[in-house]
Amino acid sequence: MTTPAPPRLIPDRLHGRTTRALRSWEAILVAVAIAVFIANSFLSPYFLNAWNLSDATFNFTEKALIAFAMAMLIIAGEIDLSVASIIALASTAMGLAMTAGAGVPVIVATGIATGVICGAINGFLVAGLGLPSIVVTIGTMSLFRGVAFIVLGDQAFTGYPPGLAYFGQGYVWWVISFELVLFALCAVIYWALLHRTTFGRAVYAIGNNATAAQFSGIRVARVRFILFLLTGLMSGIAAVCLTSRLGSTRPSIATGWELEVVTMVVLGGVNILGGSGTIPGVVLAAIIMGLVTFGFGLLNVPGIVMSIFLGALLIGVIALPRLMRRK
Amino acid sequence: MSIWKKALATAAVATALMTTTAAAENVKIALVVKALGIGFFEAAAKGAEEAAKELGDVEIIYTGPTDTTAEGQIEVINSLIAQGVNAIAVSANDKDALVPTLQKAMERGITVISWDSGVAAEGRMMHLNPSSNALIGNTIIKLAADHLPEGGDVAILSASATATNQNIWIEEAKKVLPNYPGINLVATVYGDDLADKSYREAQGLMATYPNLKAIIAPTTVGILAASQAVTDAGKIGEINVTGLGLPSEMAGAVASGATKSFAIWNPIDLGYAATMISYNLVKGNAKAEPGAEIGMGRMGAAKLDDGNEAAMSDPFTYDSSNIDQFKSIF
Repeated sequence: MTTPAPPRLIPDRLHGRTTRALRSWEAILVAVAIAVFIANSFLSPYFLNAWNLSDATFNFTEKALIAFAMAMLIIAGEIDLSVASIIALASTAMGLAMTAGAGVPVIVATGIATGVICGAINGFLVAGLGLPSIVVTIGTMSLFRGVAFIVLGDQAFTGYPPGLAYFGQGYVWWVISFELVLFALCAVIYWALLHRTTFGRAVYAIGNNATAAQFSGIRVARVRFILFLLTGLMSGIAAVCLTSRLGSTRPSIATGWELEVVTMVVLGGVNILGGSGTIPGVVLAAIIMGLVTFGFGLLNVPGIVMSIFLGALLIGVIALPRLMRRK
Repeated sequence: MSIWKKALATAAVATALMTTTAAAENVKIALVVKALGIGFFEAAAKGAEEAAKELGDVEIIYTGPTDTTAEGQIEVINSLIAQGVNAIAVSANDKDALVPTLQKAMERGITVISWDSGVAAEGRMMHLNPSSNALIGNTIIKLAADHLPEGGDVAILSASATATNQNIWIEEAKKVLPNYPGINLVATVYGDDLADKSYREAQGLMATYPNLKAIIAPTTVGILAASQAVTDAGKIGEINVTGLGLPSEMAGAVASGATKSFAIWNPIDLGYAATMISYNLVKGNAKAEPGAEIGMGRMGAAKLDDGNEAAMSDPFTYDSSNIDQFKSIF
């Protein structure tokens, strides 16, 4: 007697929706964020305080704004290391506008426009001339900050009009700062752009195989150019917020931020080689970095220990899925 | 499983790093420095601890960013505000960028002073300079005169001709020259704070003025180069090199005798004085207003000028008796 062979099932997905969600990178990040939050609440009596938590958000909002655009750029297989230098140049341009007697709207527009122009320069060199983005942006990293140093030397721009203070120090409602609202708004916009538009699909396609994307009818160079424009734009917006928060401009402003932004993106689960990653991951990574920095600050842990912890966290979070898969 | 492991690890690390919480009635004074791991500031922290021990009811929080950025200092200050410290004494990386954050601190009732590297007037209650231009000008002449009882020719080796602070110190030095009879200032030359140029200028001075008894260099680069030039010319004992230098760099010159003594601010005293001032302001023993005198313990009293700034003391003199103690500090 022969039993009929069971029907062959080839599932297109190995697990259900819930299981996949629980096994995702974002789930690990949520767990880490909750763990950090709970640890902080137990360790410091000052942590669970609305105003203190509000202050803590300033540690990451500006960097996170850039991280959204950087995430898309890295998913597309490129990188922009000049973002911190764009902040310096945009902030310097804002100072020049202020010195020329411009009002708040013009100062803000100058900062954002400078960011977009810097992004266009990067975009032209990479997408237009086909140069490798890491080389181009290492070059413009020195170039943009160099110009800021030539303009300012060891001087500083101070005395911005009081109205400018709102962007970096103002509150929309109670403890909800303008920067936090901007962060949330940009998170939604970039989430929609990356996960809900054809442009977003094109970004993934280019990151996985640029040649295949090209032959599929995607205008690769144009997408790359737009991505550099976006990092420039976000750096310009971050420059407005940071300048407003510091109330001054010095050419050394935002030194070292490019690596913190890239760390945020990678911690958020974006593949540094391109092709995968999500905006919610970057949002969670930004919050984790902010909570860790602030929590350790409350305990007066020296900054270097904080850097070691963040480094270990980065390697740990990246190594974990790979180790789990090996079993 | 892995999530729990992670959570436990996070909690374990954080617990291990947890600092002891002090009694609530202690005055919490935060000493915020430009960056951690710099000998000068570690020494200042030592001074702050000394002051805390003397006062008894003080807890010192010594902190700062990993590198010398204003953004890093703002993060540190934000967490100090959140902890509700009583006072913040800061050596600023940027005199303007810290202002909004420090103003927020003052709005929340925290005493804010700056020391060493100041904050713009609207961002602090007072600023403690390590010394004053007049005191420095006097000290550099006195250092030379101390070893010239008979008087003699001296020359100044400065940084660049446009260096504002150097020029003010030299001007102040010239003002006090009449108080030191026999000391004859023959020339002022400029080494631009470059080691090789300063070395050549020192050689030039020795060639031009055969009776030269002392070279005064109020710059750390100049004093080092000049002592090397004197050593190389075999004129140790004939010409004394003095001025402002760093103990770590000058230890060799003091040992060889090319430099008998030199001066610079003492970071231990500075941290001590900043702590004492913070404490007195928190306790209401003094008010930060022009003309006020604020006690600094063993360092005397700080007298505030119209800009709410005060000078701590004469620069501290280093010679063979104390150089070994300080050369490892900064």
